[in-house]
Amino acid sequence: MLAQTLRALLSHWKRRPWQAAALLIGLATATALWSGVQALNSEARQSYDRAASLLGADQYTTIAVAGGVPMAQSDYIALRRAGWRVSPILEGTYVSNNRPYRLIGIDPLTLPPNALGTAAIEGAEDLSSFLAPPYRIFTGPGTAEALANTGLPPFTIVEDLPQGTLIADIGFVQATLGQTGEITRLIVAPTQKPSRQPLANITQTRLIATPPRETPELASLTNSFHLNLTAFGLLSFVVGLFIVHATIGLAFEQRRSLLRTLRALGTPQRTLLTALAMELGLLALTAGAAGTALGYLIAASLLPDVAASLRGLYGAQVPGTLTLSPLWWLAGLAISLAGAALAATTSFWKAARLSILAPVGTEAWLSSELAAHKVQRRLAAVLLAGAALTTFSTHLLAGFALMGAVLMAAALLLPSLLSALITILARTARTPVAEWFWADTRAQLGGLSLALMALLLALSVNIGVGTMVDGFRQTFLAYLDKRLASELYIYAETDAQAEAIRTRLETDKNVTATLPIWNAEARFRDWPVSVYGFEDHPTYRESWPLIDATSTPWDDTATGTATIISEQFARRFALQPGDTITLPTPKDDWPLSVAGIYADYGNPTGQMLIPMPELLSRWPDVEKRRYGVRTSAAHAARLAETLTEDFQLSAQQIVDQSALKGISRRIFETTFTVTIALNALTLAVAGLALFTSLLTLATLRLPQLAPAWAMGLTRARLSKLELLRTTALALFTALAAIPLGLAVAWILTAVINVKAFGWKLPLFLFPDQWLKLTALALVTAALASAIPALRLAKMRPTDLLGLFSHER
Amino acid sequence: MNAEPKPKTAPGPARPHRQTESAHPASYVQKYPRRRHPHAAPGRASTKYLTILATLILALTPALALAQGYAGLSDEAAAYAPVTPGHTLRFPQDHQPHPDFRIEWWYITANMEDEAGAPLGLQWTLFRQAMKPGDTSEGWQNQQIWMGHAAVTTPTEHYVSETFARGGIGQAGVAANPFKAHIDDWHMTSQTNDLTEVTLAASGTDFAYEVQLTATGPLVLQGENGYSRKSDQGQASYYYSQPHYTLTGTVTLGARTKTVTGTAWLDREWSSQPLSPDQTGWDWFSLHFEDDTKLMAYRLKGSGAYTTGAWIDADGTATLLPNDAMQFEPLTISDVKTRQIPTRWRLKWPEKSLDITVQALNPQAYMTTVFEYWEGPVTVTGTHKGKGYLEMTGY
Repeated sequence: MLAQTLRALLSHWKRRPWQAAALLIGLATATALWSGVQALNSEARQSYDRAASLLGADQYTTIAVAGGVPMAQSDYIALRRAGWRVSPILEGTYVSNNRPYRLIGIDPLTLPPNALGTAAIEGAEDLSSFLAPPYRIFTGPGTAEALANTGLPPFTIVEDLPQGTLIADIGFVQATLGQTGEITRLIVAPTQKPSRQPLANITQTRLIATPPRETPELASLTNSFHLNLTAFGLLSFVVGLFIVHATIGLAFEQRRSLLRTLRALGTPQRTLLTALAMELGLLALTAGAAGTALGYLIAASLLPDVAASLRGLYGAQVPGTLTLSPLWWLAGLAISLAGAALAATTSFWKAARLSILAPVGTEAWLSSELAAHKVQRRLAAVLLAGAALTTFSTHLLAGFALMGAVLMAAALLLPSLLSALITILARTARTPVAEWFWADTRAQLGGLSLALMALLLALSVNIGVGTMVDGFRQTFLAYLDKRLASELYIYAETDAQAEAIRTRLETDKNVTATLPIWNAEARFRDWPVSVYGFEDHPTYRESWPLIDATSTPWDDTATGTATIISEQFARRFALQPGDTITLPTPKDDWPLSVAGIYADYGNPTGQMLIPMPELLSRWPDVEKRRYGVRTSAAHAARLAETLTEDFQLSAQQIVDQSALKGISRRIFETTFTVTIALNALTLAVAGLALFTSLLTLATLRLPQLAPAWAMGLTRARLSKLELLRTTALALFTALAAIPLGLAVAWILTAVINVKAFGWKLPLFLFPDQWLKLTALALVTAALASAIPALRLAKMRPTDLLGLFSHER
Repeated sequence: MNAEPKPKTAPGPARPHRQTESAHPASYVQKYPRRRHPHAAPGRASTKYLTILATLILALTPALALAQGYAGLSDEAAAYAPVTPGHTLRFPQDHQPHPDFRIEWWYITANMEDEAGAPLGLQWTLFRQAMKPGDTSEGWQNQQIWMGHAAVTTPTEHYVSETFARGGIGQAGVAANPFKAHIDDWHMTSQTNDLTEVTLAASGTDFAYEVQLTATGPLVLQGENGYSRKSDQGQASYYYSQPHYTLTGTVTLGARTKTVTGTAWLDREWSSQPLSPDQTGWDWFSLHFEDDTKLMAYRLKGSGAYTTGAWIDADGTATLLPNDAMQFEPLTISDVKTRQIPTRWRLKWPEKSLDITVQALNPQAYMTTVFEYWEGPVTVTGTHKGKGYLEMTGY
């Protein structure tokens, strides 16, 4: 009996292929966007974890030079000879065929047990050939393949190694990188001898120890980025579910009589519900499989951009290819099933309570509109109250919760709003046709409301994100002009070379200033802060992008009793100009008052400015290799050329302002590529929702149109009115989306951005963007209603007549 | 390549104070070179004790080693300087490393008492092993590997530490004038180029010591003028000792620091050739008697068993202990970790009217280093009374 029931149910889709398509496409798209985003996130996280567990960075304290430049091997030896159990690591980039590889040198004899995080490395043959020429390189299979026959030592394949990573003896790596006598960092063994001397006694202030992190540093830094992706993935999924819900609801209403008949024929309720569930499961699995595959394509095509963003923003190495586990595919199917189940809840509820004796008729779907609006308004009120509560939390999730609550509340309020609007517009109707038009529009609202909600969400999120991205671009470009005030930036090979360059620049009459850019790494309440020294020069006073300050920030700071801190720093510790902080330095605990706060967009860590003499007295060993050069723009290029030639500088060592700005700009552009792409997809899904809703409604609406036709309205007129109606509804929705979009933009820039990155973005308005999106919405709506309208225009009069003879 | 993996040491509360900084080389090399024993025999699967070096060489030339056995290794050893009879040791030059030879050590053991008269012992060892003969180059490319072992043993506790270092980078090595042998912060330092007065220091996570040694007698050349034969097949090493050290200093165990006095014994040995493949381990005694005479005696076990040693008079005159002259009889077997190890012995040398019982101060003095072995202080009773050190491998 189950089989027959199922067959009877499924026959519905055969007769309405468009509806089936809508359901499948909706569910597949929702699944695709969701699982695509999950794939992107999991790929990135996996690579962080692999990178973090490599050499035990997640387990061991490390010692390195503040600022990340190499340390001298003599310091390593000094530490060993002072009783420290440390092991040296030299890390650098090995380039082959224009592709960079992460080359890591280790000393296996001092490396803590299992620090390589893989057993494959620990065999006798490995050690012997590892230490002695011709040496041996451990790498993953893909990397070994890419580097075959490039003249490198023989490879030992280690499956778990992150993509593009080469591990070899530190002696080999020093020679290969031309860094003899240099070490990147030391791994500190977990057990140390109590008799060892303190670090500062041995290496003064040259080195700092960093404790291991519970979560990989990259993972915590990039957390907000991934949360961002997840939020958009979820949003797309929800929009997709709107379609599914609409379609399933419609199919239920259309099959109400069928269900009744089946029950009347003796199908037990349990069998009927089982059949419905099986039907849904079948559809969900089909859509889930397609959606997951589609999600893979989305992820694969976006991954290069995501990888570029992560590299640019955080220096995270994420491979450009996806490696997905079977679990991910199963999760795709599961989310599809769960989504379908969620979307079908109401229909199931109704089917379960279906009374055999109830009169046949299209009842709940289009009626009780006003009651539904009331429920929706109440729900919206609850959501908004919840949204208000989120302001008490500083967690990023609270920001997304706020956005979610506002969006959902707005979506729920939309039908009430449109209904009210139609009531007002109906009052202006002077002709019967106009009156019928508005009344019928309102009647249609019920069927279209879910699609319109989806459209509202997609449009407003687009406006919000667009406002944020464009605002960011505008702010950032202005900021770059201020922040990158020097015309040339020099990074010398050594302190001595830097000094030589400085001496030389001082004799150049076209150079107005040579500003040292020297910094030390400190920790303020366990948060990494770069402490920059500045020489008192008009460049800073004139162009530093201060957001807030005391009356004389630069004068205060010059005395050595105050500092100017970055916005991230200020927000993280709720500091304002005038507050006092105590900064631990190698020399003392230094009390400083906050004289000003400046914008430092895009930096995941903290920054502060202090006078150069103070920096040098507290961190005498800072690297003195970087300078900013003030000169005329015209002279900059020539000067760069001469310096490059005379001091044998590489392209990385001397960078002009415009190139630096270009690099920064590119990083920020790629950061938003993914967001914009997901946005466009969401909008496409919303368009699809509108399209499928209209398509399925078209048939349903014929009984309402037939009387109008019978009363003399031509089919052409009717279809024009249909088109107009849909476009009008889309227009109203688009108009409602503008304020909602601005609310989204505000949440993004003033709430989420602050919580995620620690800085606030100024909000700019871009009305042309709104116009474009409104136009896009109208075109989408027009296109979506074009097919049903055309069908109506071409419908044979007999078909319309026939409607009257059929039982409704 | 080693067909006899040792059972893993069972972790548990009885575990001695172990602190292995670098545990993973354990899996590179299952067994460890023994003290006065340069010559681990790497060739055959049945061979129990391998040196890091031997294993490395084995790994470098596995086919050679496995297919040709001992002969192949002899060829390999040919690149290193040979140990030949009739060679004259020179001092202070021979206190310095001999990079032409494959393996070498500076090995000190001491029997001490604290202020309260409680007995304790210490060990300080620096091993050098070459992956390539004669390499003295600077930097990481240097193919010498250094290893340090240090221990302190009381009747109830046994503290162990070990460390590894590459040659050529300054982490470990031996300087000539003044003499200083070091690895990390462990050192054996003299004010001059000889070893008459040395300071010895080592530390682990739970112990540390710093002691001054003063030689009260001459260096002793072992074997035939420093040529020490290890088998009937010609395996040998260059070997001299300084058994006449008196000691003062401090030992810190956990939070307690003790002032100690006692006697110490230095062994210096270097060689290139492996042990005979039919030798599977050894029992090695170095004993100070109350009349200021000393005895060094060892037994190489296995089918190629070989016993030798020396009787050392108070003035430093040494008499060679011929093969088979000494009888070694285990009296008490103790459960040490998962092994059965004799911790009370009877030694008899009829020609010297010697019949003694040697008892371990702490039967659990097991070195839980990457290469495991038993090493600890002993007390001597019988025809001669005294104390000393015992080392046992191959159990």
